[in-house]
Amino acid sequence: MNPPRRDRDRGLVRPYVVTEGRSAPSRNHFDHVTLIIAQRDAPHALLSPEGRAVLQLCRPGALSVAEISAYLQLPMSVLRIVLADLMDSGHITSRAPSPALHPRNDRPLLEALLRGLRAL
Amino acid sequence: MDSAHCDPAAGTHLGGDETAIKVVIAGPFGVGKTTYVGTLSDIAPLRTEEVMTTASVASDDLRGLPNKTETTVAMDFGRLSLAGGLVLYLFGAPGQPRFKSVLQDLARGALGALVLADTRRLEASYPVMSEMERLDLPYAVAVNRFPDAPDYPEAALREAMDLPAQTPLVVCDARERGSSRDALVRLVEHLLTLDPEPIP
Repeated sequence: MNPPRRDRDRGLVRPYVVTEGRSAPSRNHFDHVTLIIAQRDAPHALLSPEGRAVLQLCRPGALSVAEISAYLQLPMSVLRIVLADLMDSGHITSRAPSPALHPRNDRPLLEALLRGLRAL
Repeated sequence: MDSAHCDPAAGTHLGGDETAIKVVIAGPFGVGKTTYVGTLSDIAPLRTEEVMTTASVASDDLRGLPNKTETTVAMDFGRLSLAGGLVLYLFGAPGQPRFKSVLQDLARGALGALVLADTRRLEASYPVMSEMERLDLPYAVAVNRFPDAPDYPEAALREAMDLPAQTPLVVCDARERGSSRDALVRLVEHLLTLDPEPIP
């Protein structure tokens, strides 16, 4: 039998309430321009208010991490932890900014970008 | 800019299958970064903030306690959708070395940078250029032409800034869409001439 859990932080104000005391996300790297896609069918119960706000914001479609940070006024460092939780619980999926490790090596991408800019 | 919990305008959301690209618009305070971003962005520019803890430089604390200060670094950014499912994000970033950690985070995965300069104080852009070099972020220099600033020929600007021959220099007007677009075109052309990055 497991020993009873201690009452954590009893009598103390927890400094990182939003992130439950963590200062780094569990595993995924969320770039400024990683696109976040909310999964519609995942239940919202038991989510933090911030997690819920992210899902609500992304309900009409995908947004980048930086855009979510701006709309919800959450610093990137805090938002990354919220997003990692949402990813772990299957509430969001993400699209990494560029398939190559170094986007500068991606000649087709650079050429497409050049065409796109010139067509503006 | 008043952005207190504003909701995104209609048409702001993406499909989720776009390819997002990050470009850093760096330069000293007041050089026109926010104007530049706003000119090219097709959404109303947004602001993201990051809290940075830095060791105080001038410390008169004799008790040996760590003397740290918290600074909020704000970055204005915009978004430009291009043909072929590309979405270009432009981040106006403070380029000074004291914002190192924020810049490092931003430079990771970025395509390159445009360093804005003002002919009335070219020297203010030098530390920004050094910082881009230290971060290994390729850049082009864009001289933002202010109406009351003296007009120098490109060769004179190059010499004054001691720019390496391969670093592009372009004169632009950050208020003007075509000329701001051309500065980005020069940056991407420059990126296409570079040797591939070594894969770690």
